[in-house]
Amino acid sequence: MQTLKSPLPTAPAASAHGSIGQAFSRMFATMGMLPVLVALYVVFYFLTGYFAEDGVSNFATTANTMNVLRQSSINLVLATGMTFVILTGGIDLSVGSVLAVSAVLGMIASLPGHAPALSLPIFLLAGLGMGLLNGTLVAVFKINPFVVTLGTMTALRGTAYLLADGTTILNREIPTFEWIGNESFLGLPWLVWVAAALVLAAWFILRRTVLGMHVYAVGGNPQAARLTGIKVGLVLVFVYAFSGLCAGTAGAMSASRLYGANGNWGSGYELDAIAAVVLGGTSLMGGVGTIWGTVTGALIIGLLNNGLTILGLSSFWQYVAKGTVIVLAVMLDKWRYQQQAN
Amino acid sequence: MATRDPQPVLEVSGIRKRFGAVTVLDGVQLTIRPGEIHALMGENGAGKSTLMKILAGVYQPDAGEIRVGAKPVRITCPADARACGINLIYQELSVAANLTVAQNIFMGAEPRGRFGIVDTAQMNRRAAEVLKSLGATFSPNRIASGLSIADQQQVEIARALVHDSRVLIMDEPTAALSERETARLFDVMRALRERGIAIIYISHRMAEVRMLADRVTVLRDGTWIGELTRDEATPDTVVRMMVGRELGGFYEHTQRRMPGPVRLKLADVRGAKVHPVSLEVRAGEIVGLAGLVGAGRTELARLVFGADPLSGGTIDVDGKPAAIRTPGDAIRLGIAYVPEDRKGQGLFLQQSLLANVTMNVLGKHARCGVLRRGELLDVTRGAIQRLSARGAGPDGIIGGLSGGNQQKLLLARWLEIKPRVLILDEPTRGVDIGAKHEIYRIIHELADAGVAVLCISSELAEIIGVCDRVLVMREGWLSGELHGERITQENIMALATQAQAA
Repeated sequence: MQTLKSPLPTAPAASAHGSIGQAFSRMFATMGMLPVLVALYVVFYFLTGYFAEDGVSNFATTANTMNVLRQSSINLVLATGMTFVILTGGIDLSVGSVLAVSAVLGMIASLPGHAPALSLPIFLLAGLGMGLLNGTLVAVFKINPFVVTLGTMTALRGTAYLLADGTTILNREIPTFEWIGNESFLGLPWLVWVAAALVLAAWFILRRTVLGMHVYAVGGNPQAARLTGIKVGLVLVFVYAFSGLCAGTAGAMSASRLYGANGNWGSGYELDAIAAVVLGGTSLMGGVGTIWGTVTGALIIGLLNNGLTILGLSSFWQYVAKGTVIVLAVMLDKWRYQQQAN
Repeated sequence: MATRDPQPVLEVSGIRKRFGAVTVLDGVQLTIRPGEIHALMGENGAGKSTLMKILAGVYQPDAGEIRVGAKPVRITCPADARACGINLIYQELSVAANLTVAQNIFMGAEPRGRFGIVDTAQMNRRAAEVLKSLGATFSPNRIASGLSIADQQQVEIARALVHDSRVLIMDEPTAALSERETARLFDVMRALRERGIAIIYISHRMAEVRMLADRVTVLRDGTWIGELTRDEATPDTVVRMMVGRELGGFYEHTQRRMPGPVRLKLADVRGAKVHPVSLEVRAGEIVGLAGLVGAGRTELARLVFGADPLSGGTIDVDGKPAAIRTPGDAIRLGIAYVPEDRKGQGLFLQQSLLANVTMNVLGKHARCGVLRRGELLDVTRGAIQRLSARGAGPDGIIGGLSGGNQQKLLLARWLEIKPRVLILDEPTRGVDIGAKHEIYRIIHELADAGVAVLCISSELAEIIGVCDRVLVMREGWLSGELHGERITQENIMALATQAQAA
């Protein structure tokens, strides 16, 4: 026997219109971090102009904008996969290591005498396979995602070094996938097209398919999702597998761009990817977020990297700036969550 | 009773508390004298726990006065309550398994030695003294994990005593105890009474109250009904005071349907907290499942729905044995389960009405996994209209709606699967009168259409007004069944509490 439960308080009425705080929260709800992106762009435009020797900013040029997009593309691809994982309330710390392993495997395949034609599938399948491993550990063995991917992050990093035998595998002759990192299509680098295609695919899955609805449901309320007959485990396996596939794609992109791979590739990329997702307004609690937010978040980080470099800030300071942004992003996430709770 | 001190140690009057639109306490009073065991009784939802949480500083009352030893006090946080000498021992014990018994006892109030370092020796010594005074048999140095529930309770009592407790509140302390442990607890309580400590004791067990309590206060529907002395508090009187509300025409039901064939049949179904239960629900029948909170009703529903593993017994749906291992299996068989905890287990609060209403039938409105949004919109609009749920369009966020509208839309989700068996768990909890009415109408319509309805409710008036037949559960067992004239509040409460041999 237990005692009674008092009647549940009814849900508070939708927040009234009025105060500036609420106006801000509405703006963030509809536009996400887009205003921040625009503001950052303007600030960098003036700062780079001010500090340039000839007083002319070369920040807002077409060439530099291409740079920003190209430099953001790999992070955006990782962040796209990460969005799915975080939407379910999980986290994938292993993407950088998965990128390294798949890049090394693909580059080994591309070497003369191996199987150059299979390089591209190997990048992708290696990523997918490692993602499936993460998903199985999370869904079937019910281990905390942070722990699982912390483990695979470390183990796969070692694997990448072992496979590359501690060296960098270089190959200037990669006809089957040279185009990804180095050629353009309709004036845009293929890197950007690949990222855009994955973003579109992600949007379609999240917004237009049963699977996407289930991803949000599992993240929003796992218990309710289970009672609705959703196979929660399968949804979890899918999101980690998709994240792995994205990391494999990113592996192909970076290997192609740099004509090589080593065990150190992609180290720390997981943090940029997470930062992009969280900056984009996806809640670390799961269930809330959009892929467009992630695009904005990835561009903000790309813009920061690019702008700070043009300003001549040392890479040490760039780390400080980026880290600050990550913390601010989590504060923002918390604040948004409180807004919703009220 | 040790003393007849005329000065009450704790006096509460005029307490009112609202959660949103629901008033859970109104004009409640309570007078506790030193050295008495004072039982607080009432149905589920009468407001007992809320009142105790106000005394413990968990909730703030909207109105009313609390006096400790004739001095008005404001209790705004648990520390205030502790400073006033009021300690609440929750039903769910909060002993940290990784700490020692002594650390648990002094948690948050560790004795400090030089340099602010915890004085472990003093802590262990004082803990040992307190435990000895309680007759505990375990050492203060041991790690708390592995202590029985009864031992953990002693740790909690010890925690209250080292804080100079004047009033000890115990919320159903015997719920999880064996008979022997209960007897031992009662000895401890009597010893505390001898020391002049007042105990507020919440229990549903009439026999225990009879044995132990010096006085009984009865609450009903958040109001104070009366205070009885030990001699006045006969089971009959107490039960009558607990349930004696007028039934409005609200709950009348007019026509009785002729039940059809058996839709749901359970034979010796058992699982965690559910002892073998056998029952049948027929098509077109609304069967109430009454009992106190914790009697195993929700657990039984979850077993049937495949949400928890069955440890034995069989379930037949429409005369055929059903293999239900997951909620998905149950849904395919046409079983719907609307859970009790709307926000925790039902709704996707941050998502749209559309997502919430159509989540169970997405597959039906999709081709190769791609949603047909137009159809989903139609389904959602249809549900909003049919259930007169107001407040937002299909793309509105469901978390912003009132409890009543949320509940109606949750029900709508389950109606979309066209259920043959509908299990409702507290379908109108925290819901306003209008929505209640609407939900009852829908339940009756479904039964008219041949759905077998099993309705779990702790609200007796609801059970009596809505159900054709009532099953009562107590401590995991089916303790009785009531038909027709026999469906009365007194009979249900008697079966639920085993107040008398019913």
